[in-house]
Amino acid sequence: MDNKMLLETMEKEINGVSNLNELNDLKVKYMGKKGIISELNAKIREVPNEEKKAYGEKMNELKNGFNNFFEEKKKELEQAILNEKLEKEAIDISLPATKVPMGAPNILEKIIEDIESLLMSMGYDVVDGPEVEEDRFNFELLNIPKGHPARDAQDTFYLKGDEILLRSQTSPVQARTMLEYQGEKPVRMICPGKTYRRDDDDATHSHQFMQIEGLLVDKNISLSDLKGTFDVIAKHLFGSKTETRLRPSYYQFTEPSVELDISCFKCGGSGCALCKNSGWITVAGAGMVHPNVLRNCGYDPSIWSGFAFGFGAERLAMLKYGISDIRTFYQTDLRVNQVIDRMEVQND
Amino acid sequence: MISLEWIQDYVDISDENLEELAVKITKAGINVEKVITNHIEHLVIGEVLECVAHPNSDHLHICKVKVSSDKILQIICGAPNVREGIKVIVALPGAVLPGNFEIKKSEIRGEESNGMICALFELGLEEKTEETYAKGIYECDKDAPIGMDALKYLGKDSTLYELDIHKHRNNDCYYHIGFAYEVASILNKKVTLPEMDFKTMKDSIQNHFSLKVETEKCPYYSARMVTDIQIKDSPEFIQRRLIDAGMRPINNVVDISNYVMLEFGQPLHFFDKDKLGDKVLVRDAKENEVITTLDHKDRVLKSSDIVITDGNKPVCIAGVMGGLNTDVDENTKTILIESAIFDAVSIRNTASHLDLKSEASIRYGKGLSYEYTEMALNRACHLLEKYADAKVLSDTVLYDVVSKTPKVVTFKAQDVNELLGIVIDTKDMEVELNRLGFPYTLKDDVFTVTIPSRRLDIDPNVNDIAEEIGRLYGYHNLVSTLPRVPIRKGEYVGDVKYRKFISKRLRALGLNETKTYTLTSSEMAKMFHYEEKENMILPNPMSADKSVIRVSLLPSLFQIYEYNRARKVDDILLYEISKTYDKNFQEESKIAMLLRGNYLTNTWGKDVAVDFYLVKGIVEDLLHSLGLQNRYDFQKKEIVDLHPGVSASIIVDREEVGIIGKVHPNITKDDVYVVELSLEKLIRKLKPIKFKEPNKYPSIEKDMAFVVKKNVNASEILSVIKKQGGRLLSNITIFDVYEGENVAHDEKSIAFRLTFEDETRTLTEDEVMEIFNKIISSVLKEFQATLRDK
Repeated sequence: MDNKMLLETMEKEINGVSNLNELNDLKVKYMGKKGIISELNAKIREVPNEEKKAYGEKMNELKNGFNNFFEEKKKELEQAILNEKLEKEAIDISLPATKVPMGAPNILEKIIEDIESLLMSMGYDVVDGPEVEEDRFNFELLNIPKGHPARDAQDTFYLKGDEILLRSQTSPVQARTMLEYQGEKPVRMICPGKTYRRDDDDATHSHQFMQIEGLLVDKNISLSDLKGTFDVIAKHLFGSKTETRLRPSYYQFTEPSVELDISCFKCGGSGCALCKNSGWITVAGAGMVHPNVLRNCGYDPSIWSGFAFGFGAERLAMLKYGISDIRTFYQTDLRVNQVIDRMEVQND
Repeated sequence: MISLEWIQDYVDISDENLEELAVKITKAGINVEKVITNHIEHLVIGEVLECVAHPNSDHLHICKVKVSSDKILQIICGAPNVREGIKVIVALPGAVLPGNFEIKKSEIRGEESNGMICALFELGLEEKTEETYAKGIYECDKDAPIGMDALKYLGKDSTLYELDIHKHRNNDCYYHIGFAYEVASILNKKVTLPEMDFKTMKDSIQNHFSLKVETEKCPYYSARMVTDIQIKDSPEFIQRRLIDAGMRPINNVVDISNYVMLEFGQPLHFFDKDKLGDKVLVRDAKENEVITTLDHKDRVLKSSDIVITDGNKPVCIAGVMGGLNTDVDENTKTILIESAIFDAVSIRNTASHLDLKSEASIRYGKGLSYEYTEMALNRACHLLEKYADAKVLSDTVLYDVVSKTPKVVTFKAQDVNELLGIVIDTKDMEVELNRLGFPYTLKDDVFTVTIPSRRLDIDPNVNDIAEEIGRLYGYHNLVSTLPRVPIRKGEYVGDVKYRKFISKRLRALGLNETKTYTLTSSEMAKMFHYEEKENMILPNPMSADKSVIRVSLLPSLFQIYEYNRARKVDDILLYEISKTYDKNFQEESKIAMLLRGNYLTNTWGKDVAVDFYLVKGIVEDLLHSLGLQNRYDFQKKEIVDLHPGVSASIIVDREEVGIIGKVHPNITKDDVYVVELSLEKLIRKLKPIKFKEPNKYPSIEKDMAFVVKKNVNASEILSVIKKQGGRLLSNITIFDVYEGENVAHDEKSIAFRLTFEDETRTLTEDEVMEIFNKIISSVLKEFQATLRDK
């Protein structure tokens, strides 16, 4: 028997198949129980002993030969099938995406969370308080006694006599916190929250609005510490080139009282419509905690001092994002919120 | 409105650039909003040294005009009265005259001209008429100083500051003397008070008049009497100053009363003594008492108002407006001048309930200083004597219970420095206190400062002193420091922590945060009112749409949904976390959600639409994230304004913590789903994380499917399975629900996969089968179910 011829035939036949079924048929033809190679192999019994070894080698050559041809062809056919499949599976990647939902925060919440994370890193706790508040916390303890003009102007939503009201400021949370600490330990806290005043809603007024107030009470705290703290906040919010300025002001619960200005981030201080040509924009009110307030809340003003500051969340957001209507924050137009929900990038 | 020309009477500001002064004042805390001035730069007094006819003109003159000690200019002038030797007003090149007419160096018919010699009408000081035109240029007095600002020379320069004063300084900076003290402290100058002296008659007011005060709301009442007055026009300067302040001059008497008020901040009231009688009784008004005021209107009073009476009938609403029955008219000869202090709060209340804000009520409402109450009375007598030929009776009628204990502060320089973060030594501190005009004594480095009574805003504590010193020192001079306090990390305290966590979780699940109004309308408050809570209704609402405090956030979310729908937003996934309050002011924080449209959107392929199960999945994720797995249940429940067949109560540990469901078709035909949870109730159920080792022993899974009536809820079958499965049954999932072919029309098939395991050993097939069969027979019996073949 001529191995070479048989190998050639096998190779020719295998190369001639066009699919896996035909290929398997050839496997049966040659390697199956009754296959050509198997039958040749069975004949080894008839071969004289001294030739058995050589015959065996010949048989192995045939088997290996077939297997090699077979595997090679199989691989080739499988690759063809895979290629066909891949080609079929190809998609038009230019078609629009499936929209995955990701919720956006309210714009005010975004600003508040930003300030919270900054101030928490500076050791300020974030504290909450009731929105339906007692006169005592909203006014009395804050150095605003009954009959004081500040009460007229604040135009409060009273709920029961003049004792219970919707808080007109978040400062009562400061009073509550100081009272809780009983004049014994330092206070470092902010209390962002909703507040209410009897204003008719229009583009720049809202009967409900959010304040971000902060309070620090410790020993040897000065107005220049307030300035330094404000510097950090202003640069964080409006960019590292922002300059700050304190101007005399008046609040009942602080003394001295100041307004906190930032250099105009739009014109850089040269004067534009946003800063009304002054180069400065007022963003917060602040001051040293009034000794009466410290005393009312259990802190001895001869030992303790501190500063308080208050931002309007709406004002910050309006300045920062160029929003002109305060009602934007309470309408939740989803087309708006999704645009603002993104990473902050400062222009510097 | 403050007139700077008037301020000059009390403090010398003649050297000041008034624009720059305005900036200084603003920096120190009194905001000068606007500087209104008729000042003209480059307008000076000059002397005509030489005047010859212009060779090319029949009426022009070539003049040599001396405009300063070392400057002589050639100016062409056409006025008929120009001549050598007179002093004139010269507009130099650069001057801008009214009408925006800029004076420039020019050439007139071949001759150089370096300015203009002016007529008064050209300066806006007179109207331009044939008459004024004919007068020609203005001729100054011979002694007019060359080079002086011309308007100043004429006494016609007027600079007004429009102030935006913070409330606390609204009393002392609202009148000229008070403002003069502020200017003086900024410029470190002294204040000179105006003349207040006058002659008195032998006759005493005591012979004509008696006073009684029967209300606590009038701590100070003084009166003087003047007679023989001549009603006529006020002198020009009074008229001009009143006009500058925005008041109309009427006659010398009325004008003097207003003038003194603008000077000292003290409103005066003049009664016609002959109409008044011989008595004044100050008392609380009687309820519904009526008085006709100067403006001819009948005013109905309340018992909280204060009235001046003649013993019986009211003649003046104290601090607000006088009565018509005692007003000063052209025949008045004798006047009673009232200078008093009334309770500020009471005056504010009276002015507001009568809707009558007068110049007087505004000032009384801010509070007054008793020292000026006395001075104003004397000043009025002085002016009446001078400008109304009045004779002043001797003595004052006085009621005075004002506390005159001065406000005193003691402190060291160091106390102020520590508060401000600056360094001012004791010596410089003295300079600052002198500037402020605060009397003090200094002993062993301790200052004892007496606060002047005009500064009602200052409380006797070191902070107030520090503020005064700080604002003069200049806050812009402060350095920035950071508090020297221990490093620590701030925390979210209390409920805030949970709110923030849940908020972030819901955002990650695709929901958008809303913030809506706490105040709502009574109609809105009725929507989704699923709890037995009563709403708090505002006693004095501003409007009907903000008259109720909400107990549920769902109506607000529904409004936001409608707002967005109207703007063609299709996919609306919302949440809000806010506090609610009921009638008893009981607070409850709520988490509300509203979902509508697609959860996943593919515009050209397959969407995943919001349905009940998706919303339920979001709620479950939230509950899992709070560690509440295996502790909650959804129980079918009919809920107001929700679809009766698609709504449920959310139960945790047998307590209802919220609701879920589809909005009732009566409210919207749209498929809208809502959820509301009580944050309060959830927080109470939270426990710390506890690690549980996964089971080491293999589990066995078994499937079973039942055909049951459609109205049987899966949860009912689950509870039977759980009960029968006992301890070894660790998990059940529903993996198929089928209705349709091969199942009767009123039935459905539900398939369950049960997992059995034990943490201490490997279970045997036999013991699992025993439980499994027990479960099957219980379910079959309980629900008249049949077992479905796979």
